[in-house]
Amino acid sequence: MNTVLSILKDRFAGAILDHVEFRGEQTVIVEKAKARDILRYCRDELGFDYLIDVSSLDHLGTEPRWEMVYELYALGNGARHHLRVKYSFPEGEKADSVSEIWPTAGWHEREVYDMMGIEFEGLADHRRILMWEGYPYFPLRKDFPLAGRPSEMPDVAFTNRAPLAGGPFVTSPTSATTVHREPRSREMD
Amino acid sequence: MPETIEQHAAYDSKIEGNIIFTKVDTAINWMRKNSLWPMPMGLACCAIELMGTGASRFDIARFGAEVMRFSPRQSDVMIVAGTVTYKMALAVKRVWDQMPGPKWCIAMGACASSGGMYRSYAVLQGIDNLIPVDVYVSGCPPRPEALLEGLMKLQDKIAKSQSAVAHFDSEKPA
Repeated sequence: MNTVLSILKDRFAGAILDHVEFRGEQTVIVEKAKARDILRYCRDELGFDYLIDVSSLDHLGTEPRWEMVYELYALGNGARHHLRVKYSFPEGEKADSVSEIWPTAGWHEREVYDMMGIEFEGLADHRRILMWEGYPYFPLRKDFPLAGRPSEMPDVAFTNRAPLAGGPFVTSPTSATTVHREPRSREMD
Repeated sequence: MPETIEQHAAYDSKIEGNIIFTKVDTAINWMRKNSLWPMPMGLACCAIELMGTGASRFDIARFGAEVMRFSPRQSDVMIVAGTVTYKMALAVKRVWDQMPGPKWCIAMGACASSGGMYRSYAVLQGIDNLIPVDVYVSGCPPRPEALLEGLMKLQDKIAKSQSAVAHFDSEKPA
């Protein structure tokens, strides 16, 4: 497996920013500018023919805010290799679509757009996938309240705030009292 | 007196003479409550228990409610079994609106009754926000016995309703 890492480091010397190994799982953190090239190389040359998942992280309050995560898997020739590729980028930028490399990425990227509001450069079908067209928010962002927000799309769907009295118990690291550390519910609005 | 009449009649024909005395309400309610045709609105795991209730071990047919209709126009009790998301909510309402009256609704399980564990942006907090619910069945999901208990509660409710009065009231000019 380390051969994959060394091949990537040889081929894209400056673009591999970091790598982490945890219990045999390899994660490489790459530069956004080279990410699409690296992912294409992973599929065409290194045999990662299966894109397991595309997901995203919201690091609200730190820069850069967004992080994309690609889970790759090599099924061919009896090999069972896993590789995770990550890159970060600030708010206002678009992510690079990999739907040209793995067609399955189209739906994953639509989900990332739907939940996180990250747009994709080169994604042909850029619609919401879980929520309906016209829903005004991106509910998996860190600044979106757990209870949701009211919205109204006539004849399609509406939403309301869910009552959170009595839970869930959202803890946050602080040296303040337990009441502050573990409130009955935490409002983000 | 021919022998056959005595054999087949469930009532004392010698006294009653082929006539049953009852109230219109009681007769209508008796017919309605023993022939409920459910609209199975299966939306999540509760639907699996609903299927179990319909299958041989629990046998919802014992209560006359085995005729699950997948057309709302032939149903008279909607069993909302599962999590009603906001995306599905207006579709459930629409199916309910297509059911002819008189109609009843059973909210099966925690999600249909109250949103359940989903205190979430995506889930309607109880189907009673959109349509009137007659019986709430607790459980996550409820066991088939619980649903059957709910069905019997609904039968009790129907048995007590003033069907004829309601009918003639609805016929009155406004």
